[in-house]
Amino acid sequence: MKKFLIPLALFLGLVIFLAIGLNRNPREIPSPLINKPAPAFSLHTLEGDAMFSPADMRGKVWIFNVWATWCVACREEHPVLVAFANKHAVPIVGLSYKEIQPQDEAAKLGPDAKLQVARERSWVWLKRHGNPYINSVMDLDGRVGIDYGVYGVPETYVIDKEGVIRFKHVGAVTPALLAEKILPLIDTLDKS
Amino acid sequence: MKQRGWWVLLGFLMQLQVLLHAQVIGPEAAAMAQDPVVEARLVVLSQELRCLVCQNESLASSHAELADDLRREVRSLIREGKSDQEVKDFLVARYGDFVLYRPEVKPLTWVLWFGPFVLMLLALVFLGRYLQARRAQVKPQALSDEDRARAEQWLKG
Repeated sequence: MKKFLIPLALFLGLVIFLAIGLNRNPREIPSPLINKPAPAFSLHTLEGDAMFSPADMRGKVWIFNVWATWCVACREEHPVLVAFANKHAVPIVGLSYKEIQPQDEAAKLGPDAKLQVARERSWVWLKRHGNPYINSVMDLDGRVGIDYGVYGVPETYVIDKEGVIRFKHVGAVTPALLAEKILPLIDTLDKS
Repeated sequence: MKQRGWWVLLGFLMQLQVLLHAQVIGPEAAAMAQDPVVEARLVVLSQELRCLVCQNESLASSHAELADDLRREVRSLIREGKSDQEVKDFLVARYGDFVLYRPEVKPLTWVLWFGPFVLMLLALVFLGRYLQARRAQVKPQALSDEDRARAEQWLKG
């Protein structure tokens, strides 16, 4: 055996490890919530007095999308979701995450007034950019976000008929991700 | 003249310090005054926890909004009388092992914890074998008379 090949092989091994390591997205942290029941909550919806809770979606495979009007990547993602909602019958529920930021003037308002402002802003935004959601819930203080391990809006979850989280994506959803991962997953979950 | 310059500098530094402190004092300080025991535990705990937004900062030092929220959450858990381990479990259940600067030792993290030692052991074994092989190869040879004469001549210069 040729001895000079050993360092070359070691070097190539290092290159392969670095290539894999450096091409991974460090922001994508595997969620411990995959295959766990979606945390329960009860939140105000965008319109009306009814509260929404994930238990309402039992028996359906659905998408849970975390967004906010201040979130830049959401603007990029939104048309993708709108197009998806127009084409497919999969219900998408939106979670308006901390619509009113601490540095915001409206942050000084009382809880009811805050909810009102957040609803108005979200409503205007959805009117302008289209509304892919069958229902939108208002997470003003971000508590539900913490239960779902939200750390970078937008985030998207796929939840199955039994209310178990099957998939999570951090960052904007792309048409490719929907076509290659999310739709096939929803198809198999629908059949089960 | 020169001495006065130093005094001005000192005065400036003191003012700067006051300014910096004024900035640090915010909601955190208010909470600190309210319940120093809870805050002390929060500080110790949050140094062990990672902020998920700015991943190289601890929850204690991060100014990200999520870090604020998580500190608030940890604070209320401490008030409820949760132990440090329970607080950590709460965060791990939501954000994964990544939030811990010192992940638990379990099969999934064995490579992380013991990998470096295994690599070092391997390196030592290789080093030992290499040195042995080299020692076998390079046997000290006795000087011949001819070599000795030549060396002596060189030494004389």
